Amino acid sequence: MTAKVHLDRAHGVHLLREMLRIRRFEEKCAELYQAQKIRGFLHLYDGQEAVAVGVMQALGPQDAVVGTYREHGQAIARGIPMGPLMAEMFGKVEGCCRGRGGSMHIFDRQRRFIGGNAIVGAGLPLALGLALANRMQGRKAMIACFFGEGAADEGEFHESMNLASLWRLPVLFVCENNLYSMGTPVGIAEAETAIWQKAAAYRMGGEAVDGMDPVAVEVAARRAVERIREDGVPWLLECRTYRFRAHSMFDAQLYRTKEEVESWRKRDPINRLREWLEKAGHLHPADLERIEADVVAEIAEAVAFAEAGSPEPVEELERFVTMDEVPQ
Amino acid sequence: MSGVPARITYREACRQAIRAAILADPRVFLMGEDVGRYGGCYAVTKGLLEELGEERIRDTPLSESAFVGAGIGAAMAGMRPIVEVMTCNFSLLALDQIVNNAATIPHMSGGQFAVPLVLRMATGAGRQLAAQHSHSLEGWFAHIPGLRILAPATVEDARHMLAPALADPNPVLIFEHIMLYNMEGELDPAVQGVDIAKARIRRPGRDVTLITYGGSLFKTLAAADALAVEGIQAEVIDLRVLRPLDTATIIESITRTRRVVIVDEGWRSGSLSAEVAMRIVEEAFFELDAPIRRVCSREVPIPYAAHLEQAALPQAEAIAAAARGLVRPAR
Repeated sequence: MTAKVHLDRAHGVHLLREMLRIRRFEEKCAELYQAQKIRGFLHLYDGQEAVAVGVMQALGPQDAVVGTYREHGQAIARGIPMGPLMAEMFGKVEGCCRGRGGSMHIFDRQRRFIGGNAIVGAGLPLALGLALANRMQGRKAMIACFFGEGAADEGEFHESMNLASLWRLPVLFVCENNLYSMGTPVGIAEAETAIWQKAAAYRMGGEAVDGMDPVAVEVAARRAVERIREDGVPWLLECRTYRFRAHSMFDAQLYRTKEEVESWRKRDPINRLREWLEKAGHLHPADLERIEADVVAEIAEAVAFAEAGSPEPVEELERFVTMDEVPQ
Repeated sequence: MSGVPARITYREACRQAIRAAILADPRVFLMGEDVGRYGGCYAVTKGLLEELGEERIRDTPLSESAFVGAGIGAAMAGMRPIVEVMTCNFSLLALDQIVNNAATIPHMSGGQFAVPLVLRMATGAGRQLAAQHSHSLEGWFAHIPGLRILAPATVEDARHMLAPALADPNPVLIFEHIMLYNMEGELDPAVQGVDIAKARIRRPGRDVTLITYGGSLFKTLAAADALAVEGIQAEVIDLRVLRPLDTATIIESITRTRRVVIVDEGWRSGSLSAEVAMRIVEEAFFELDAPIRRVCSREVPIPYAAHLEQAALPQAEAIAAAARGLVRPAR
């Protein structure tokens, strides 16, 4: 069996719609940040949408996802509804984590989304344990673990790659290489900037893929997932991508030129797929208008849900510091 | 079970506890450095790999952060891991996983996930292992909301605290003092379990309360014996649980004795002993007839040379002297 993607009209439009949902959702987030409805750190995925959308196509509901702190796109692509996501950023009790986590700590037990994690690299060891538990309990499932190229600087990257390979843990390591860990270019942080090549040192398979192309990402992810499911060994998929916006809302972006950003914008994954679909006759202006209108309506509903939400009563502040039971 | 109390070592009690837990529940497994083939750095797990197999007794690479984090992930996904970190000094390499993941995820996820993980680690000084193997860091961990911190001092607690720790839906850290492993004690077969919530009065007395835990318990009991010869009846409290603290037992004792010495192998500044003292001040200030005294480790990295190491640690004589000074102050 090969991991071919049948890019028919329906699937192409699905990929486009998913990326647009993320893009427009985050545009609204930025607006609401300016309006001070959202506070704290807000890291936008703008430009990287093809990575999450492509990878999620290869996963099933039995699989789990470990995210980063730039995880709105990962969360939406995984199927977390926008309402609880937006309410979380509003700090409302209707948020997916009751407003305790905010933008960087999205968890959704039902959809097996095991966190936004704001400690770079800290999700990798968790992924190992989730995979180990699956295997020890006889569940045929795998873990997709997202991290940025900055996580490759961390000792936990080495520790986790080694242990995953040694114990043959079914983990798809997805490196979102957007070239900057906050303001530090990968070239002055990593001696080997081709992150995927590090896999060889752990006797693990890996490859690099154009992270601005959702179809290329999906093909690579399906191929990786098939191998992981067959051989039960981990795989490192490096997705070469770029964030168009600042690292967070407090970033003046003095570390890169406008020209560099513009040149990457020409590779915008949404425009590229849209143009391809249009050329292939799969997408007509009316289709796009309808998709955009659907997305706008979905986001408006999410914002209304968040606005209508209520703050968690302060009496519940200490609830869940310790748990009374293990949720099933 | 029936029969007469058996005399076993603390090490053997720990081993029996792990073996029984793994046999009782298919979700329980042990992982850590040298726990399998080598049999454990302090020989606690000797023979368990041969009996229980590689799935349940897992040797890990020297990757504290990865295997502690893997324990957290496995706990979140339905397993009940026991993770052994060779000594608490090495736990600093996994501090991020313990503090930023294990202790925060239940609250940060709005109660969607629990982390029913047990972390065992050796603590304390006394074997001339020098500064990077001898520190007592349990007080640091006791600072962190979301963790339960246990310090079994007796053979009975070493044998029986593990089961309730595994049953706890929250991360539980168990600190085993290195000087206790060879210590022998009676294990009463009639005792089938212990709590992991309450402090215990190990010796009743009316004149002064000595509060301690872990490796300092037997030094404190020796001090109480010496004081008894002089006619001073010291009550000895073994905290057992360092977080959450059983303040009620402490206050009840002090209300009777009105004097207190706190013995802690951790350093004095910002320590568990400071926390215990402040709870007493907050809740029982007017019950006290004398200032609170502390006997802690000297504020140095624990040195290698035997005489210096011993000089740095709380000793029975210093404990007795502190108590004596409260009961019979010099004029």
